[in-house]
Parts: sequence; C-alpha cells; structure tokens
Amino acid sequence: MCGIAGYFGRPSAAVSARALLRRMIGAVAHRGPDAQGFFVADEIGFGHARLSILDLTSGHQPMANADQSVWITFNGEIFNYVELREELIARGRRFATTSDTEVILQLYEEFGPDCVSRLNGDFAFALWDARRRRLMLARDRMGVRPLFYTRRNGTLYFASEIKALLEVPGVSAELDPVALDQIFTFWFPLAPRTAFKDIDELKPAHVLIADAHGMVVRPYWRLDYPRLGEEGPHDARAEAALADEVEHLLLDATRIRLRADVPVGAYLSGGLDSSLVAAAAKRFVAERLRTFSLTFESAEFDESEHQLAMARALGTAHESVACTAADIARLFPQAIRHGERPILRTAPAPLLALSDLAHRSGFKVVLTGEGADEVFAGYDLFKEAKLRRFCARQPQSRRRPLLFRRLYPYLPGLKAQPARYLEAFFGAGIGPLDDPLFSHLPRLRTTAGAKAFFSRDLRSALAGYDALAELRESLPAEFARWHPLSQAQYLETAYLLPGYILSSQGDRVAMAHAVEGRFPFLDHRVVELGARIAPQLKLNGLTEKHILRKSAARLLPAAIADRAKQPYRAPDAQAFLGPDSPDYVARRLAAADLAVAGYFDPAAVERLLAKCRNGKFIGFRDNMAFVGILSTQLWQREFVLAGAGTIASAVA
Amino acid sequence: MRADTERKVRKFIEENFLFREDRADVSDTESLIDAGLIDSTGVLELVAFLEGEFSLRMADAEIVPENLDSLRAIVAYVEGKRAVAAA
Repeated sequence: MCGIAGYFGRPSAAVSARALLRRMIGAVAHRGPDAQGFFVADEIGFGHARLSILDLTSGHQPMANADQSVWITFNGEIFNYVELREELIARGRRFATTSDTEVILQLYEEFGPDCVSRLNGDFAFALWDARRRRLMLARDRMGVRPLFYTRRNGTLYFASEIKALLEVPGVSAELDPVALDQIFTFWFPLAPRTAFKDIDELKPAHVLIADAHGMVVRPYWRLDYPRLGEEGPHDARAEAALADEVEHLLLDATRIRLRADVPVGAYLSGGLDSSLVAAAAKRFVAERLRTFSLTFESAEFDESEHQLAMARALGTAHESVACTAADIARLFPQAIRHGERPILRTAPAPLLALSDLAHRSGFKVVLTGEGADEVFAGYDLFKEAKLRRFCARQPQSRRRPLLFRRLYPYLPGLKAQPARYLEAFFGAGIGPLDDPLFSHLPRLRTTAGAKAFFSRDLRSALAGYDALAELRESLPAEFARWHPLSQAQYLETAYLLPGYILSSQGDRVAMAHAVEGRFPFLDHRVVELGARIAPQLKLNGLTEKHILRKSAARLLPAAIADRAKQPYRAPDAQAFLGPDSPDYVARRLAAADLAVAGYFDPAAVERLLAKCRNGKFIGFRDNMAFVGILSTQLWQREFVLAGAGTIASAVA
Repeated sequence: MRADTERKVRKFIEENFLFREDRADVSDTESLIDAGLIDSTGVLELVAFLEGEFSLRMADAEIVPENLDSLRAIVAYVEGKRAVAAA
C-alpha cells in the first residue's frame, strides 16, 4: 500500500521534473513512509511512496520490466498474484522478484490493458508503455484505492490524493458548487466529479488510456444483477447450496487477503460482518489473531460488549481505543485534510483513532467486514424501501405502517415516533413507485434539507441544477429491469460505497496512519455471487443478510450470528458543542469566516448553532447541516485559503 | 389569543426549521414534511415546543400529521386543546 503520483506530457518548466515529483509524492508520503522512488523519461514521470507489505527487499517502485520498456507505479495489492505468477511462469515467463507489482507488469506484457480483468485486488496504478508511448491508469472494481487526475496545458497529472495534484504549478483548489450540492444530497460527489473544480477521480472499475492521440476512459467490469423474475431459485435446496457457496468463497477471499510479509490484524465492530471475517481469518492464521475496536462513551453508539464477546469467542488478542466526543472534535479537521471533501457525518473521525491504534500496535494491514451490507443486503434502508412498497399496496391499512417502528430500534429519537408520523416520513407517498431512486428518496430528502443553509450566491450559482436528475441519468440501461432490492443494492454498492464508505471512512482515514484495509466481502467473486442470489434469500421478510446468517451459523457463536444489524455511527453535532468545544468550531462558524467563503448564509447558521446549543433534540437534518457546514469551512481553509496564502487575512 | 398562538408557532418554525429570512415565509397550509422542513426526528422538537410553550400534554394519538403538518393545523390543534381545557 502506497501513494503514487506522476504526469504524462510536459510539465511547466518552473520546476524540474524530479523536483515536481518529489513535491507531489511528499504530499502523500503518509501513505508510504518506508521508501520513495522516482522514474523520469521523456514526457513521463512517476513517483512512489512505499509502505512495504510484500517482497520487502526487492519490491521497489517505480518498477520496470526486463528491457525497461514498461514501467509501473502501483498502490494496492493483487491478492491472486501467486496464482497469476504461476500461470505466467507456465507460459514461459521469468520473474526477477516475488512482488505482486512485477505480476502486473508481466501480465500487461502478455495481455495489454485487458490485463486488469485478470486481477483480483485493490489497486490503483499507472503504467507507461514506452514502445507505444502510452499511459494507462487503472483502478480496482469496487473503488478501494483512490486515483485522481487533472489536465493542465496538455499535460495529464495523476495521484493517489488530490493534495499531490495541488503541488503542480498552475493547479489550485476551488470548490465545485455542483459537488457541494451533491454532497448535501448524497454525502459525496458523483464520480468522476470531486469537490475540486477541474480535478477528476478515475471511477472504480475503469481504465484511462492516454497517448499522443488523446485520452479514453472506459469500464472493464460492471456490477450486474439478474432481470426481474429471473433471479434464480430460492427454495430450501437452493438456500443450502448458496450458503455453502458463500461460506466457501468468503473463506477463500479471506485466505488470499492474508497474503503479506507483515502480520495482518482485523477490525472488530462487534457486528456480524467483522466477526465473520475475523472468524474466517482465524482458520488460516497460526498465531493468535490481533483485533482492534473503537468504543464510545454513549450507549447509543457503543458496541464494546459485543466486541469483547466476539474477541473472547474467537480467542483473539484484543485492543480497543475509546473515542470521546472531545476526541471526535479534535480529530475532525484531520479527517477533512485526509478526506479532501466536505462530509455530513463525523463517522470518519473516530476511524482515525482506530487506524492510529493499529499503527501504534505495529500493524500495516487490517481485515474489516466492510461491504457485507451492500453485497448481502444488510442496510435498514433496504427494509425501509420494502416496507414502503408493502404499505403502498394497501394504502388504507392502518396496521401496515406500524411495522416502520421495527425499522430503527437503535435510534432513540425514532423509538418515540408515533406510527402515523413514521408513515408520513417513510411513507409510500414519497415519490412514485417506479422512480429508480424510490428506495433512497426519504434519505435523500432529509439530507437535501441541509441545503437550506446555502447562501443566496451559492443558490443562484446552482439554479436549475437537480442532483437527483443527474443520478437518475447516470444509471445503467439495465437498471430498470432489476428487482427493487437489486436496484437499491446497486445504488449503495456503485455509489455510496466508493463515494463515501471506502473513501471518507475507508482508505483515507486508514492511510492517514499508513494502515491498509482489506475487505473480503468486496472480493469481486463474492460481489458477483451476492448479486446473483435471489432477493428473498438476502432480505427474508424483514431479516437482513439472511443467506449470510446461514453461512455464519457455521463459523460463529449463535448470539453473534443472530444479532440484528447496528450500523456504525458516531456522535455528530453534539461532539462539537458544549464546554470542551475546540476553538476552531466557533471561528470557522463565525459570520465573518462564513462570509469570506460565501457558501452559507451566516444568519441561518447562527440560528442553527443556537438551536444545536440549546435544543433537546437535534434531528438528522440539523446534524448533517451542522457537520456539513463545519466541514466545508474547514475544507475551504485547508485547501483554498492555505493554497492561496490568504489565511492570515481571512483570520484577521 | 389565536393571533398570539399563530405568531409564536410561526416564530418557532422560522427559527428552528426554516432558519432563514430571505426565503418566502411558510404559508399557512404548506406541509412541513413535504417542504423538507421537518425530518423524521424534527416532529419531536415540535411536540416538545408545543407542550412547553402552551402548557399542554399531547397524547400519542394526537401526534399525527393532521394536527401538526401545517401552521394552520398546529394553530387549530392548540386552540382546540385550550378550548377543551377551559371548558
């Protein structure tokens, strides 16, 4: 795991190519503290910051093939590199190292750019084919590893994080208002858009090919579901066979994710998914497995009881770090610096404390349960959408809406909700049943409520823009032919997962402390199997992840295998207010600071602040608005003002 | 009395759900849910306000959109409760 950066073209002569690469790599050095390497030739430059995990002695990068006609700078892991290497050796190829990096190089020599579809891994890489004078950028299927690029004066620059691109002369940070609108609707910008104007992300499962003739970006893999009515059997026999298949694949996905020349630990949330991964890992690890968790003060968020039960049941050596509200407020600016975008939840901040714990314990690699909720339908939103459809079929029924109460048992604010109000909020009335976004409309409506704080200028800049329409238009043609659960799963897996979960809550906060997350549930074989399984076997009645629970029963104690889902959440607005509030909160939300940035209406923000300070209840929308406004202000300061050298005047 | 109730409720909604002045005021009949002003937790704020401000107790059965989803509905509900209490 590492940081990469580079260019294709002729950078401005203001700095030497090597100095430019050094600056770019310096900006992502936290991702790879073990070594740095550079490659410069005519019209091409690669940089690499290395976190040594595989082939510690000979895996240096950038790496070239035998005749130095192909070069690569690579961030990530190819988990099936052992099998690919054997296959290539059988074809007569010889290897100089035992690294997975060299496997990509040789696979490229054999198969060209199509080599990516052979890779099972989490990767972002740049590959230079000197004979064809062709650059290829590639990113893994699910979007685990980040890759950004921008073009300036005919030169293409790329890097693992945007901060490296901001080192390029002529590239400066400017907020894209459309991205802000999207963040205040979906929690993330719709890729390839980023929060930064004119800086793009390479979408997951895509390659970019650039040569003298131009640049093409194309997908090499697509997440697909069966047509409605053709989902395959869901009788008892099919269920048993699929549970076997899930167990077998999950074990194999875990096994190949333990490949490392350094020890591999695991995050334990206390829920089913991370417990399953830890249990699977235990089968292949001879030494005692080390596990890491977060604990919270408030019982509303804390899961330590379940974490400890799982650690005991598995016999792992377990450590946890307590994250207080004050810790969240303290870590939040770091989360923005690493995440490089405004966010609407604080959840990434505690994960910085967790990756710090893993790092201090000497771990560079951790397994997590991320992805199971997308692949096997674990999110409450799936149940909510199912219930809304169920109510819509009998709008007169007074009893059906009572079921909404069962949806969110862990949210104290909702437990007290009268059923009629739950119906109104989650009700079938929200949007037509054939709206492709039907499943997500209540969430999107609540989130978009936070736009009420946008300034008049920002709103006029966005006049006529409709984020939901853009999302609808970006959906694949097949989408309309899928089962409603598949549609909802697709929206989570293809959008929220890479857009927020794997980035803001994943790679960026883990790599902040040079920790690499590995996700067995996001092995594309597991993802493809999950997509193929009949909806009834995933969301059975209102039981989420039904098929996964069947598989889990063989690996886990019953108390954990049967546990209902509790999503990972952290205290939001409340973490920033109160007596321990850090100075930056009041400063960034002060009318003068808000006016300088110009995104939010200072008077409205002042009312929100007063409400959050005094209010007994802070609703979802207000929490998201608070965190969104504060993070946008921090983002502005970190990237725009710092880059423009105007911080001093803005503060004065 | 009624005008006073309406003024208080409107002020509460403006300060706690609307937050701003440059947007056209909430109309008397606008649905607070449809306008995105009240989210699924927001109604509890409204109930707490009404109970505190007008010294009334809301039964669960009364916490329904018919009573609370527009300015006019809220005012009518509060006035109705008061009439019952005074009788």
